Formats: sequence, C-alpha cells, structure tokens
Amino acid sequence: MFIFFASFLMYLLLVWSGGTIAPVEFAVAFLLATILALAARTWVPSYRFSFLKILNPLRWISFLYYVFVPFGIALFKANIDVAIRVITGNIRPGIVKLTPDLKSDLSRMILADSITLTPGTLTVDVDDEGAFYVHWIYVRDENPSEEEIYGSFASWARRLAD
Amino acid sequence: MGIVEGLFVLLFLLVGIFFNSLGVVSLYRFPDVYTRMHGATKCSTFGSLFTGLAVIVYTLFRYLSAGESRFLVLAIHTFVAMAVLLVTNATGAHAIARAAHRSRIDPKFAVVDRLAEKEGRRRRAA
Repeated sequence: MFIFFASFLMYLLLVWSGGTIAPVEFAVAFLLATILALAARTWVPSYRFSFLKILNPLRWISFLYYVFVPFGIALFKANIDVAIRVITGNIRPGIVKLTPDLKSDLSRMILADSITLTPGTLTVDVDDEGAFYVHWIYVRDENPSEEEIYGSFASWARRLAD
Repeated sequence: MGIVEGLFVLLFLLVGIFFNSLGVVSLYRFPDVYTRMHGATKCSTFGSLFTGLAVIVYTLFRYLSAGESRFLVLAIHTFVAMAVLLVTNATGAHAIARAAHRSRIDPKFAVVDRLAEKEGRRRRAA
C-alpha cells in the first residue's frame, strides 16, 4: 500500500507541468502504481520499520539537518581531499573493519550510504553482526577509530533510525 | 536575468564541470576497480550536484522574475533527480564494489584487507 501511494504520487509529480493534470494521466498512474505494488508485494519491511517512527516530523527535521549540515560539510571536505589525490596520485588503499554497533537495517543503510557517498571511503560489505568493511583510499591506521573514517555519522544514524 | 544570478549559475556550472572532469581523470590515474569507483562515483556525484544546483538557481530566478510555472516544474524535477541520484549512486557503487570483491578481485597496492582476512583467503601478490 505504501509503495502504491508513493509511486502514484511520484508519477503525478513527474508528469505535472504547471497546470491541471489530464485525467488520462491519473489512469496511467493508477495502472503503473498497481503493477509496481504487485511486483513488490513480497517486500517485507524490517521488523523495526514502523510508520509512526517514519512519519514523526521531528525525525524528518533532524534528517534534513543531518543531510545538510554534518554530512554536507564532510562531503565538501572529502571531495576536496579526493580531488587533490586524483591530481597528485598520492594513494594508500586498503579495506579496514569497523564495528559501529547499529541494530536496525535502516540505520545501517543510512550509515553505509553516508560512507559510500563521502569520497575516499566506500562500503564494500556489511556482515550480519553489523561490522562494516570499508575501502579507504588513504589508510592512515590499519585499525582506525570510527572518528577517523566517518566522524559523527554513526551517532547520527543511531539517533535517526535505531 | 541579473548579473548576480548569472554569476552564481556560472560558478556552480564551473565547479560541477571541474569535478566531473576530475572523475574522468581518476579513471585513468587510479590502479584498480575500487579506487576508480572512488573517483568516478564521488566526483560525478559532487559534479552533478553542482550542475543540478545551477539549473535550480537559474529556473527559480526565471520563475520569480517571469512567473512562468514551467520553470518551477523544471526546478522540482531537477531536485527529484538530484535526490534519486544521491541514493542510487551510493547503492550502485556499493553493489559494484561488493560484486568485485566476491569475484576475488584483490585491491591493488592495498596495505590491509580485513574482508579477505575474515573470509580466510590468501591474497595474491599485488
């Protein structure tokens, strides 16, 4: 049901061109959303996924704050750093292990996506115990602290979704 | 289109093109698939974010000055494209890196590989 409404609204948003939407577009949106919802009907949200948590506006505000302030600043710094490494070719790659101790799938996904989007670090694998294997473009320490790899991302992921 | 908006759009476009071209350069300079993923996906994300930002600034100023709603629609579509790009870029980069590691492609010049150690397989000489 969630997928149905989300894809229905997304289709209408994409075909909307300022004025009123033609009735035929509603029919197309209904058809496509039905197909999508049927195709994804075996998708079961993880056990901690609840709509009360997801719809809490405070969470959305703190999520937006996280995306634009701590994550945005880290993204900017890391982009400059990797840009310099591309030009100079000064790399020392390796795959390091981190254990941020996150419980839910959603918080692990937020952290893994944040790590991957930040240049210089790339999540290669996450195992069942929640250990992250991160490819790091310049290994300063073979057993790094969490602070060195992703700063405060883990505590943010815990606050947002754990 | 005032001079200030024009400068902002130009600045965003230049930064975006700079990072996109660095992404291309990194494909040639880096030694293996993992380091190339860093260059290609990260620089193109940042580059595409800035070019998208240029489109949003341009269309919003056109909307505010001329009031044509098609510019507002274009800005919204660009914003949706940027959000989708961020999520799919991270997921795709992660999927490619994981598939590469499962196909036993060793990271070249790597000083440490904890994942291979965990799986208990010996690394080939780099």
